[in-house]
Amino acid sequence: MKIKHIFLSASIVFALTSCGGSSETTDSNTSESESAPIENKSHGQSGVAAVEGEEMNVLQLALSMEDFSTLVVAVQTAGVEDALVNAGPLTVFAPLNSAFDKLPEGTVETLLKPESKADLTMILINHVAPANYPIKQLKKEAKKGRKLYMASGKYLEVENRDGKVFVGGTEVLQSVKVSNGWVHVVNDVIVPVSE
Amino acid sequence: MKRIFKSIFLLAITSSLVVSCGGAEKGKKGAISGNAAEKVYIAPGEHDSHYAFISGGFSGQLAVYGLPSGRLFRVIPVFSQDPEKGYGYSEETKPMLMTSHGLIPWGDSHHPDISQTAGSVDGRWVFINENNTPRIARISLETFETEEIIEIPNSAGNHSSSFVTENTEYVVAGTRFAVPFPQKDMPISEMKGNFKGALTFLSVDKEEGHMDIAFQLRMPGFNYDLSHPGRGKSHGWFFFSTYNTEESNTLMEVNASQNDKDFIAAINWKKIEEYVANGGGTKVPANYAHNTWNDDEHTAKTVMEDEVLVIEPSEVPGAIFFLPTAKSPHGCDVDPTGEYIIGNGKLAAQMTIHSFTKMLKAIEDKAFDGDAYGIPIIKFDAVNYGTLEQPGLGPLHTEFDTRGNGYTTFFISSEVVKWNIKDLKIIDRHPVYYSVGHLMIPGGNSQTPDDKYLVAMNKITKDRYLPTGPEVCQSAQLFDISGEKMELLLDFPTIGEPHYAAGIAADKIAANSVKIFRLEDNKHPYAVQNEAETKVVRKGKEVHIYMSMIRSHFSPDNIEGVKVGDKVYFHVTNLEQDYDVPHGISMIGAQTSELLIMPGRTTTFTWEPKQVGVWPFYCTDFCSALHQEMQGYIRVSPASSNIEISYTLDGDVPGEEEEL
Repeated sequence: MKIKHIFLSASIVFALTSCGGSSETTDSNTSESESAPIENKSHGQSGVAAVEGEEMNVLQLALSMEDFSTLVVAVQTAGVEDALVNAGPLTVFAPLNSAFDKLPEGTVETLLKPESKADLTMILINHVAPANYPIKQLKKEAKKGRKLYMASGKYLEVENRDGKVFVGGTEVLQSVKVSNGWVHVVNDVIVPVSE
Repeated sequence: MKRIFKSIFLLAITSSLVVSCGGAEKGKKGAISGNAAEKVYIAPGEHDSHYAFISGGFSGQLAVYGLPSGRLFRVIPVFSQDPEKGYGYSEETKPMLMTSHGLIPWGDSHHPDISQTAGSVDGRWVFINENNTPRIARISLETFETEEIIEIPNSAGNHSSSFVTENTEYVVAGTRFAVPFPQKDMPISEMKGNFKGALTFLSVDKEEGHMDIAFQLRMPGFNYDLSHPGRGKSHGWFFFSTYNTEESNTLMEVNASQNDKDFIAAINWKKIEEYVANGGGTKVPANYAHNTWNDDEHTAKTVMEDEVLVIEPSEVPGAIFFLPTAKSPHGCDVDPTGEYIIGNGKLAAQMTIHSFTKMLKAIEDKAFDGDAYGIPIIKFDAVNYGTLEQPGLGPLHTEFDTRGNGYTTFFISSEVVKWNIKDLKIIDRHPVYYSVGHLMIPGGNSQTPDDKYLVAMNKITKDRYLPTGPEVCQSAQLFDISGEKMELLLDFPTIGEPHYAAGIAADKIAANSVKIFRLEDNKHPYAVQNEAETKVVRKGKEVHIYMSMIRSHFSPDNIEGVKVGDKVYFHVTNLEQDYDVPHGISMIGAQTSELLIMPGRTTTFTWEPKQVGVWPFYCTDFCSALHQEMQGYIRVSPASSNIEISYTLDGDVPGEEEEL
C-alpha cells in the first residue's frame, strides 16, 4: 500500500512537472529585478543539480553508463525518474542493454509506445525493492529463505548458488553503492509473472 | 519638558500630513501601495535575492531569513541550547557553551555583523555578541553552524559589540556596564573613578577565522553602548558611544541623564596595534573560556585562557579622544565614505553629526576642551559637522544608502526617517509598527551598502498579528528604499527579539554552502566508516555504542547487557553521503535531547537507564519510506545482573564474517 503511494505520488510530481514546462516562458518577465538570481525550479526531484562529493543516486548512475541506455530510455518513457532519486531507500536490479536485447524481437519497441506505459511501468518497478539490500544482505535473505518484496507488489526469490546471488532467476553480476540505496547489475529483464 | 511637548505636536502635524497624502493611495491600508505584494512574492521553487541574519535577542540564537519574502529558513543555535538539533546537549557541542561561570545554557544575542574584505561584506562568517555573559561568537556561513565562542573578561553587558573592521582585522567587544577591572569585592557606592570600561579588540585569523583577544583598553568607567569602525579614509579608527559619563550607580534613568553631552570615544586602533607590536601593554591575569569547533573531529573543545593584554589609555598618547555628543548617544554609526560619524542621542532633540576630517584637524590643532581621566575632549565645534534638528523623538540607529542618505530609527515616535547627510535635510519619514529599534540595510556596516531594501526591527507589535495570548511576536518590516520615498512592503514575525541584523546578497553565500560532510574525512574518535565497524564496548559503568545509521536502520539495533546505573554513550555516525538526508535519534528516558545528525557526521548523547526493561530507540527525522522501521531495542537488566554486553543486527554481530 505504502509503495503504491510512493509511485502514485511520483507520477503526480511528474504530471506537475510537465505542466511546469509551460510556466517557464511566462516567468521570463521577472528578470527585470536584476539583482535577483531567480531561476525556475518547477521540476521534480530528478532535476536537482548533482552535489560535488556526494554519491551518485540510482538515476545518476544509470545515466552515467552507456550500458544502461535502454533502461534509461524506458525509465524516461515511463516517467519514473523522480522515484529513482527519492530518498528511498531503493534496491534496483538494473538490466544491461544486452538484457533488453534478449527479449523477443519487437518487445522493447512495443513497450515504448504510449499505450504501453502501464505495462512498461509494471515491468520497471518489478526491478525495484523499496529497501536497502547490499549483496551481503541478499545472501542472508537467501540463507533465511526470505523473498524480496518488489515495488510491483510481486515477490522475487533470492538464491545463493555457490556464492553467486540470483534474484528472480537472474545472476547479480556487480553491485554498486549509491546515495539512495544499491544498484545490482543483471543481464535479464525480470518480467513480472502473473499468479 | 516644554521642548519635548513642542516636538510631539510638531510630529503629530507632520504625521497627519503623511497620512493625508497616503489617503490618495489605493486600498484600505493606506501605507501599502498596490504592487507591494508583487515585490515580495517569491514563487514556489524560486529563491530570495538576499539573506538576512536577524538576531534572536533573548533567545540567544541567530535566525536566517530570505529577503524580500521574509521567510524563515533556519535558526542557528549560538548561545542557547537547542533540543531540536542537540546543540548544547550533545557531548560534542556542550563545550561551546562553557564559560568561566560554568556551562551557561542560554544567552542574549544582539548584533550580528558579517566579515568584510576591502570594505565589503564577503559572506565568510557572521559574528554576534552575547550581552549577558560577555561572549563573541563566530558562525561559519559555509555550514551555518557556530564555530567559535570566546568569553570576554573584565566586561559586563557586552553591548557595543561585535562590529568588524573593513578587512576583518578585528572584531570589537565593548562593555556596557562599568565594573571593577579586574573584578574585586568593593562597595558599590565607590564606583566613581574606580570602576572601568573594557574595550576589547579581537584579532581574526585571515584563513580560518580564529579569534584571539589582541588587547583590552582599560577606559574610564562609563557605559559603552554601541560602536562602528571607521572605513575608507577613517579606516584604522573605531568609534564607541558612551553614556553615564556621570558614573552613577543607581536609578540610572535619571542619574545617567544629567550631563547635556556624553561622548563618542574615537580610538586609533592602528596606533595601538603598533604599540602592541612593539611590546606595549601589560599581561594581566584573567580567566575566560575560548571554545572552538573542529570540523574534522566534529567536536568542540574549551580552553581556559589565563591572561589578557591590557593597555591604559595614557600609555598611547594621541590614540584616544572624546567627541562631545548630545545626551546619552545610543547608535554610533559611520557613513560609507568614512567621513561622517553619527551619534543618536536617544534623549536629544537633535542628532549629532561629526566630521572625521574636522576631527583630524582638531587633533592637530589641539582644539581640546579639557580632558576626562587624561583623555582629551575635542571642542564640540571643532569636530561637529552639524546637527539634524527635530528629526523625531528618540533617535536610535542610522544606516546608509550609496546616495548620500542616512536612515534613522526613532523609538518614541515609531518611525524611520530618511535624511541627506551633507545637506542635513529630511527627505522622507515613514511610520513603523511599533517602537522600532535597529534597522538594517544589507551591507550597512560597509563601504558598499546594497541599498534596495531596508529592514526595520520592531520591539512592539500589539495588534499587528493574530493575538497569541499576552506574548505576541516581535517583528520586522521590509521597505523598498530604491526610490525617493520609502515604500513599506511587508511585515514578518521573528524569533525572540529581532535585535539587529546583517544582510548580504544571496550569491555571496549560496554557492559555498556545505551539503554533506565527507565520511572519509571524519576524524571523530568514535566514528565508524561502515557497519562492520559498529560495536558496543563496556568500560566499567560506561557503555560506549559505536553506532551507524543509514536508510533505514541502525547498526547494531539489538543490544543487551546494559544495566541500571550504567552511563550509555551513543556515538552515532550518519553513513549517508547524500544532500539533505540527516537522521535523528532518540532514546526513551534520555535526559538530554534528541540528536539531528548530518550526513557524514558523528554525534554523541548519553543515556542513564533507571528502569529495568526493553527500551526502544528510533530515528526522529523522517528520512525515508521506511523511516517508521528505523528503530531498535536495548535490554536493561538489574544492576546486579551478570549478563555480558552483546549486540546484533539481523541476528549477526556486525563485522563478523558469517557463513553465507
